[in-house]
Amino acid sequence: MLRAVERHRHLLDFALASLLRRKGKNAALIGVYTLVVFLLGSTLFFTHGIKREAARLLAEAPEIVVQRTVMGRYEPVPADWTEKVRALRGVSEVQPRLWGYYFDPGLKANYTFLVDRRAEPGKVLLGAALSRARGAYPGDTISFDAFDGTFTSFEVTGVLSEASELLSADLILIAEGDYRRLTGAPAGLVTDLAVRVPNAKEVPAVAEKIAGLFPHARPILRSEILRTYDSLFDWRGGMMLAVLSATLLAFLILAWDKATALSAEERREIGILKAVGWDTGDIMLMKFWEGCSVSLLAFGAGSLLAYWHVFAGNGFVIVAALKGWSTLYPSFRIAPYLGPEQLITLFFLTVVPYTAATIVPAWRAATVDPDQVMR
Amino acid sequence: MILAPNVLALLVASGATALLTALAACHGVGILRHWDLSSGSERQLALERRTYLTSALVGTVLSFELLSLFLFVSSADRIAPLLIGAMCAVGTLQANGYGFATLYLKLALFLLSGLWLVLNHADNLVPDYPLIRPKYLLLLVLAPLSAAEAVLEALFFLRLKPDVITSCCGSLFSSAAGTETDLAALPPRTALIALVAAGAALLLCAFWTARSQRRLAPLLLGAAGTVHFAVALAAIISAVSPYVYELPTHHCPFCLLQREYRYVGYLIYPALLAATVTSVGVGALAVGRAETAAGELPRFRRRLARWTIAAELLFLGIVAACIATSQLTLR
Repeated sequence: MLRAVERHRHLLDFALASLLRRKGKNAALIGVYTLVVFLLGSTLFFTHGIKREAARLLAEAPEIVVQRTVMGRYEPVPADWTEKVRALRGVSEVQPRLWGYYFDPGLKANYTFLVDRRAEPGKVLLGAALSRARGAYPGDTISFDAFDGTFTSFEVTGVLSEASELLSADLILIAEGDYRRLTGAPAGLVTDLAVRVPNAKEVPAVAEKIAGLFPHARPILRSEILRTYDSLFDWRGGMMLAVLSATLLAFLILAWDKATALSAEERREIGILKAVGWDTGDIMLMKFWEGCSVSLLAFGAGSLLAYWHVFAGNGFVIVAALKGWSTLYPSFRIAPYLGPEQLITLFFLTVVPYTAATIVPAWRAATVDPDQVMR
Repeated sequence: MILAPNVLALLVASGATALLTALAACHGVGILRHWDLSSGSERQLALERRTYLTSALVGTVLSFELLSLFLFVSSADRIAPLLIGAMCAVGTLQANGYGFATLYLKLALFLLSGLWLVLNHADNLVPDYPLIRPKYLLLLVLAPLSAAEAVLEALFFLRLKPDVITSCCGSLFSSAAGTETDLAALPPRTALIALVAAGAALLLCAFWTARSQRRLAPLLLGAAGTVHFAVALAAIISAVSPYVYELPTHHCPFCLLQREYRYVGYLIYPALLAATVTSVGVGALAVGRAETAAGELPRFRRRLARWTIAAELLFLGIVAACIATSQLTLR
């Protein structure tokens, strides 16, 4: 046992020395390899991070949101649905919500208005990104065009905390009367209902009952929203990886080429090793350790770089393709997280193809005849 | 289809594995047809060189297969929330007919390639390559299995459809099929007694193989290893899992791999797989009548038997610890 370990240690030693003897060639290979790991790794870590972020935010969302459709389009929900839904068994709380969008031609951006008890009549609270964009801070006055063309001003009493920015970037909290005056929303109608169901196993049954109560209701479950986000970001990440697979292919061709084209010096070296008593198995083992060192170095460096890029650098290289787009985009950081699954996935996407591409060339190199190369 | 990164990674890996196995099998055909140890022709020399390539290829395949086995199960687990009615890996694997087929093929490929490496190592210890024919015939079995695995896995992921929000109503009524199946018909007490018996038999055979030269010992060890593997899987499903989850109705063999249960599956399954590969390998060596040559080979056999003992003790130890520390008592 110990002898075998010792043998591998010496072979590894030799492999490292042999890599160092050809610094230029190997540095180029490791550089490209690291870059490939970095690109694929960034995509993977970012996708996973943003999914985790979505799941964390939705953990607080109501279990069911009830909307209404008329002619296949969304319509406001009559407020008297609230009591009927609240009477269902399993429902602990129903909150009618009044909210909507508002387009600001000056900023060319959409805001979200939400009626909230925290806003007093005549006053509003702003989301952080919106406050920055409009330059409106507590104490200032902000005005909006009402539905009938009049100009309505409100006093800004506060800015929502930046911790919640992913959700509240473009949010304006407003009092109910003000909002109905601003938008002309008729009394007795709300945008949707937020339904709380404490027991997760009862959620589908409650949703079914709501749909039975109001045939044109559209109950949406939190798990469905989560599922949709999950597959959306999986899809984006997968598309990005599919695009990057061209890079991977180019890299594999490079690795194959480098491994096949042995320099005269390398061939002579292998010939001499065989002449002094190494057999083919020893040389294949040495080549195996060479490949391992290259892969390990590139994989380690590439994933560290990707980790830094995604969680400290906010993924500046890939963010445009993955994050989605909006004028008032929340600025947020993804909570650093790296699990074994991401690393194994990255390993499968990079090291496995590399190994598969270099195994035959390594064997070819190891079976060189000593007399052929030294002659 | 589900185009998640880990799905892509699995497809890349199974494609690469199938390719490498096919390559090894191509070389294997040449070796089977033209191998003639007594000849000193150029062709024979070239064939002898090819044996190095095939063993490197199968070694790589084995390590990929082990990693992909675990990534496959954990991906199935991760995909579960995308499918209505799927609570964990079992639900995902049952979402279409290809899931469990892929899993079984992966398991079979892992065991067979482990067996192949045992044969290969033994073969290389003896100068006259006594196992060259059985070894390369086994390789010809591995190649189509590996190709089938790649195809089935691709089909499995291609046919999975995530249930996303639709515009008419929620998708919750689209499928309400239960995913509970009867994986655990065996009474837990019987299963545990059978597991202890099979484990004791395996250990006894392994001790015997490590001590004696008789051919019966390794043959029995191989048989005990095969029986033990089946009994152990059944016992994990019917008894060990409920003990770990402390729920008499929860029988899923995959949840053992999850964090809630301290990843205990990542110790149990590799230990079981190692005990199976080494014990069945010893048996296969005896069936292949490789013991004509003295010296290195009996030593290798004894070493394998000792590995079996170590892996089996680890396996039984963890299982016993899980049951002992559990708050649950099944009668």
